[in-house]
Amino acid sequence: MIKTEPYTINIGPQHPSAHGGLRAETIMDGEDVLDVIVHLGYVHRSVEKIAESRTYAQFVPYTSRLDYLASHLPTLGYVQAVEKLLGITVPERAEYIRVIVAELSRIASHLIFAGSLAIDLGATTGMIYCYRDRERILDMFEMSSGQRLIASYMRIGGVSHDLPDSFYPAVESFLKDLPAMVSEYHGLLSGNEILQARCQGVGVLSADEAIAYGVTGPNLRACGVAYDIRREDPYGIYDRFEFDIPVGGSGDSWDRYIVRIKEIEQSGRIIAQALRDMPTGDYQAKVPRIIKPQAGREVYHRIESSKGELGYHIVSNGTDKPHRVHVRAPSFVNLMALPLVSRGGKLQDIITNIATLDPVLGESDR
Amino acid sequence: METIFINIEEFLTSWMVGMGLAQPWADLIITILQWTIIVLIITVNTIVLVWMERKVSGFIQERIGPNRLGPFGAFQTIADTLKLLTKEDIVPARADKLIFKTAPMFFIIVSVMLYAVLPLGNNMAVVDLNVGLFYFISLASLSTICLLMAGWGSNNKWSLLGAMRSVAQMISYEIPLVFSLLGVVMIAGSLNLTDIVTAQNRVWFIILQPVAFIIYFIAATAELNRGPFDMPEAEQELTAGAYTEYTGMRWALFFLAEYTNLVAVSVLAATLFLGGGHGPWLPSWLWIIIKTYLIMLVFMWTKWTFPRIRMDHLLSFSWKVLIPVSLANILVTGAGIELFRWMGW
Amino acid sequence: MAPHDNSLAAEPLAEFLAALQGSADIEEISQDEYFVYLKVNAARLVAVMQGLLNEWGMNYLANLSAVDYEHVFELVYHLYAIPDNGRKIAVKVRVPRDMPQVPSLISVFPSADWQEREAYDLMGISFSGHPNLVRILLPDDFVGHPLRKDFGKEAGQ
Repeated sequence: MIKTEPYTINIGPQHPSAHGGLRAETIMDGEDVLDVIVHLGYVHRSVEKIAESRTYAQFVPYTSRLDYLASHLPTLGYVQAVEKLLGITVPERAEYIRVIVAELSRIASHLIFAGSLAIDLGATTGMIYCYRDRERILDMFEMSSGQRLIASYMRIGGVSHDLPDSFYPAVESFLKDLPAMVSEYHGLLSGNEILQARCQGVGVLSADEAIAYGVTGPNLRACGVAYDIRREDPYGIYDRFEFDIPVGGSGDSWDRYIVRIKEIEQSGRIIAQALRDMPTGDYQAKVPRIIKPQAGREVYHRIESSKGELGYHIVSNGTDKPHRVHVRAPSFVNLMALPLVSRGGKLQDIITNIATLDPVLGESDR
Repeated sequence: METIFINIEEFLTSWMVGMGLAQPWADLIITILQWTIIVLIITVNTIVLVWMERKVSGFIQERIGPNRLGPFGAFQTIADTLKLLTKEDIVPARADKLIFKTAPMFFIIVSVMLYAVLPLGNNMAVVDLNVGLFYFISLASLSTICLLMAGWGSNNKWSLLGAMRSVAQMISYEIPLVFSLLGVVMIAGSLNLTDIVTAQNRVWFIILQPVAFIIYFIAATAELNRGPFDMPEAEQELTAGAYTEYTGMRWALFFLAEYTNLVAVSVLAATLFLGGGHGPWLPSWLWIIIKTYLIMLVFMWTKWTFPRIRMDHLLSFSWKVLIPVSLANILVTGAGIELFRWMGW
Repeated sequence: MAPHDNSLAAEPLAEFLAALQGSADIEEISQDEYFVYLKVNAARLVAVMQGLLNEWGMNYLANLSAVDYEHVFELVYHLYAIPDNGRKIAVKVRVPRDMPQVPSLISVFPSADWQEREAYDLMGISFSGHPNLVRILLPDDFVGHPLRKDFGKEAGQ
């Protein structure tokens, strides 16, 4: 009689598919996964503690280092939370600029998602094609803020600079090429039967489970729940734009992939509308030099980041530094579903699941 | 041009006999010489192939590829080889040292031995074995054992997983590989590779056996552990599978052996399906080289286009699709041969 | 107009507020333009949350954050509904600093799991009934809870 016993294998923190510093302690029986225990904290930089010793404005650059793949989105969430705290109204033009760069960030983040899914499944070429198109977005960020990756472009009350003239032709030509890019991804990735076989029916998350576990963003929409904070609880000027909320059906990895590709197209629509409607005017509101919100005020502001609900809970104590800043990171909460979707699958499915849950460890570890 | 290598060989033999050496000794020296040349060609060719693979993948991925060292970056691989040669040779403390150290050697030996029967031109096989195909297949399956040795000897879970995968994969894909070749053997009526080439005088077997060629190509990709079937390596899942613990020249030996296998399998494909050395104008050995490189280009193209397949899909694809289809192919081939015979061709 | 005008609308709240007014579990109800704040005793937390989930459809625990005030810790739970029903609720629980213990919400909201572990890790709040209350971001042998205001005042930190 042959006796077998389960064994433990550590995926990460040093692993090609660990997305930065994720450690998934996997208990396996042969190639079958019995359980996954996620260990976090390898990229913990104590951002929340740092916030308590920085002024409100000084903390802005730290936020873009949370989700460094879509750096405008966490910054947007933070400055809007502070604006709520202070009651500042942002000039129209700044709102439109914010929407444009935020949606570009979302596209960049989803391109990274598709590219890293491709490389995690072994399709190196798919990665290069996605990264190639993301480069164009990073070039636009460089035009607007001087930084490619972690732009820190948003300011409390507006943005740091107006968009330069070279930005508009770049974004317009990008939008013009977007349908061709998406159809190229469909040809290279979505149409590939191996990729379909690797994703379909893998890592299934039901809608009830997703809500119970707090999974948000594209991962929730892949389960068929049309919940998008831009629509349900609109912040900024998102209630002015027309866009669809792509939803999946079965909540498997395939849906998570397709939903994101469709969101790229919807973000393109939003950017086109924002460019069309953008008024002239100030890009920065009058903000006091020293920001001292009223003592005891607190605010929880959430935005739809590329990963899900990104929330900032800020408590003020009347000084120029926040009493407490808590970041509700979508990657952190979404990762809770990793054991849930990986149990009972194969070793290779864990890789797919990590890639399609799309965590950014800088954000989940903070 | 056609017989240039054979002429050289005959000249050397007669020269040695003329010098007073007995005929068997002269033959032995010639054989040793042939082997040395083959090993040299394999090594140099691998350097070219690595460079080519990088350039091809660069082309597929809209990159430039190596472009700094030498014309079109041609010397990049040489620099990399030198780097690998000078790297520290790390043997893990808990490894099974004997198995760990011998695995890459056996792997490269097995790969080089494949070339014994390959006709690299008309009358240009080192050994013109009458069961040449059988010899080739049985040797090719030995590389599994080397990978298993590497995985077991490394004493690393990733390596062992990679090795187990490689065993499962090779056992599954050996069968359709052999079955796909049976059709060719049935038509040619011989296991001797030279005879099979001669049988393609009028028409190449890829036209008579298109299904067999496709099955051979897929199964060979799996046998070579190349993408999309690079399960034993699977760098995004198993870090580097069976090769995880290997460094420096030991790792390079695996690499070398993989490319050696690639060339061998491609030469075999050219021999069995693409008419071997048959072709107009050019000498036969040049035709073999051209055909081999064409097939290798297709191998590279597949590798750089497809994602990696999942292990259970891989196995079920072999058992549920490839094997039934290859069996059906044998049946159809047999029926066809009988039919043609009955019609009196 | 409030900035980022996603403030509360009055209608869906009226019935809710009226119903909660009579509840013995809730110590205080207040409201600003974005949230309804419910102050709850730690002992009644699970019951209140269960009620919010079952009767008012607040099925989504979005955020859990812990705030260190001088003598007490305050835990803030932000609740929404999926799909949105116009109610946005922040439940607040205060616990004394010398015995920071709150019942775990895992049985009601599984999403509380890691968020409670994070509050335990960084703020040192103990959640009774949590099946696996271990550090999540910091190493297991770390001493202290860094988000506490008095952290770093001792020598060596």
